[in-house]
Amino acid sequence: MNRLLPLNISNVHFDVDKRQLLHAVNLRLSSNGISVIMGHNGAGKSLLLRCMHGLLQPTAGSITWADLGAELLETRLQQAMVFQKPLMLNRTVAANIYYVLKQRGKSPDLCQSILATAGLEKKTKQSAKSLSGGEQQRLAIARAIATDPAVLFLDEPTANLDPQATRQIEAQIIDASRQNIKIIMVTHDIAQARRIAGEIIFMHQGTLTEHSNARRFFDQPQSDAARDYLSAYIN
Amino acid sequence: MISFTEIFSEFTALLAGPDPDLLEIVFLSLKVSLTATLLACLAGLPLGALLAMTKFRGKWMLTVLVNTLMGMPPVVLGLMVYLLLSRSGPMGFLQLLYTPAAMIIAQTALVLPIVTALTRQLIEDSWKDYREPLQSLCVTPMGCVRTLLWDNRVSLLTISLAGFSRAISEVGAVIVVGGNIDHLTRVMTTAIALETSKGDLALALALGFILLFIALFVNAIVYGVRARVA
Amino acid sequence: MKKAALIILVCANLLIAHTCYARDNSILVQSTTSTANSGLYDYLLPLFEDSTGIKVNVVAVGTGQAIRNASNCDADVLLVHAKTAEEKFVSDGYGIKRHNLMYNDFIIVGPAEDPANIHGLTDATTALTKIAANKSIFASRGDNSGTHKKEVQLWNKTSIDPTDNSGKWYRETGSGMGATLNISIGMGAYALTDRATWINFKNRANHQILVEGDDQLFNQYGVTVINDAKCPDSNTAQAKLFVDWLISTEGQTLIGNYRLKDQQLFYPNSQTEQ
Repeated sequence: MNRLLPLNISNVHFDVDKRQLLHAVNLRLSSNGISVIMGHNGAGKSLLLRCMHGLLQPTAGSITWADLGAELLETRLQQAMVFQKPLMLNRTVAANIYYVLKQRGKSPDLCQSILATAGLEKKTKQSAKSLSGGEQQRLAIARAIATDPAVLFLDEPTANLDPQATRQIEAQIIDASRQNIKIIMVTHDIAQARRIAGEIIFMHQGTLTEHSNARRFFDQPQSDAARDYLSAYIN
Repeated sequence: MISFTEIFSEFTALLAGPDPDLLEIVFLSLKVSLTATLLACLAGLPLGALLAMTKFRGKWMLTVLVNTLMGMPPVVLGLMVYLLLSRSGPMGFLQLLYTPAAMIIAQTALVLPIVTALTRQLIEDSWKDYREPLQSLCVTPMGCVRTLLWDNRVSLLTISLAGFSRAISEVGAVIVVGGNIDHLTRVMTTAIALETSKGDLALALALGFILLFIALFVNAIVYGVRARVA
Repeated sequence: MKKAALIILVCANLLIAHTCYARDNSILVQSTTSTANSGLYDYLLPLFEDSTGIKVNVVAVGTGQAIRNASNCDADVLLVHAKTAEEKFVSDGYGIKRHNLMYNDFIIVGPAEDPANIHGLTDATTALTKIAANKSIFASRGDNSGTHKKEVQLWNKTSIDPTDNSGKWYRETGSGMGATLNISIGMGAYALTDRATWINFKNRANHQILVEGDDQLFNQYGVTVINDAKCPDSNTAQAKLFVDWLISTEGQTLIGNYRLKDQQLFYPNSQTEQ
């Protein structure tokens, strides 16, 4: 069982200058696997992800992980996040891994095996910024996993990547999920969601409109917004 | 007027016979300006980073103030340090006036705003990319400062070089607080001012070229260091 | 972090290391520039330092600034050339006693073309009157230095106030003697200077001495020990040793023997009436 689950989000609002970016969001995630958040641009997906991770504080409502209450720092220490444009520390590939190992007080000896898993073992001494887009994202995910998180957030991890690089990232995500890491990710790639999602969370204009098993979502979307979203991509 | 052959012959004469007096002046210049730059960087780099990364009331005023201080006329700063260190001043008991230490203090104060202001701008731009990822990792505020400074080390080296250039080339502050005392506080720029006042323009210019050579030497070393840490 | 602490320690050491030799067995002289630029100190001071072991540090600035610095107690000895100001300095309690030290003379230099036609005059006031009448450019120190004070005295005798024409033909440089000479050469201007600075000055171009030998152009240097009653931190004992040596027969003979380019620059006169 995952030490941070279940996640309980109850009645979360997020307002900026009286605009409701998140409106009365309720969500409960209790099982491991890959949860994919989908929806149009501006639906509030990334915002919800950041609230879950504690990077942003909701205007109202509560987000609790297991029974840890509101200790956001405590829960964040057991989570990791990979951003759409991954931050490459301006140092070598290996030093990017050392950095997080040191942050979490782990042995630097783990570095080689972590990089080998990401297929970057031959590039350890190279500057991280000189890696290709796909390699950078693989390094970012490997670096996130190196912190030994219970939950891994990914914000459009394969945007702007070619199909081959995308498949490598997906393999890495599935692998992480098998190691008992709860995956919560945002993607616009419907084919990708079909390939790896266990469940879909669908957002529309700041509201959570559907939360269901992935197969059921794609076969029989319940809301008009979701049907609209899916058809736009099919046509 | 003086001819370039005259300057050149003075210059080669200075280089050919390494006059101990000249060497003394060169070493004092380097010692004073390098120490001042080092001290200004030790304080200015973290200060600039903190200013870039924190939010507080009146932050914009402090930023504008630091930016303005970059334009501090060296002679005004020299006078302020003079009044501070004068025997009749509040810090007179330290007996630092007319010593290299006074020159180091003045140049540190001169370089500090440059290092702080340029570092703030650099780190502020970079902090936009680093803030969320480092927050996600739960890096402490001091850890964030260290990470950003290290990741911007190449640009920061250039900034410290700008600070050093300001220090090694200024004459207004060191001549007021150092007094241009022979064998004690005479540095390249005050020696150049002295030779100019004696009307020995050829020697003054030759000394100027030597100063440029020293700056070239320091720049070349920093360039080498930069290539290694990049 | 340890490394940073180490660096700070080293720097603090560097700063402190310099403080030690500043005061012990050394005296600080606030001096006019002409005596320093002429090389007199390079010739005199080693002789004094060798026989007494006392290091003499010289800060060479204009007379006005030298007196101001000494009034802030940033000196043990004052060596300048503005008798009235020096006597006020003593009567204000900053100096113990002023001694005549030596003299030379001021001269008026200018371009060889000499537009005001003053060459060969032996009366400085006439020369200045002609310069003013002709509106020829005159470069003044304008910095309250000894030379500037002398120049103001001379103008006062002509009943012309040149500052009415400041920025026109009367240019106040606000700079030292050397800088003012450089400027006057650049502008083809007349200037008043002390002879020692002129003899030692290299950038003369086609400027030359036009007026000399007037008694009004007499240039007296004086030396004063700073009063420790007013400035308790001053090194009065060693300052007295130095001044006594300067006005002694030995010091006076040495001053009289100093030559630059085969010319005597300073004439000792410590024995004359104050």
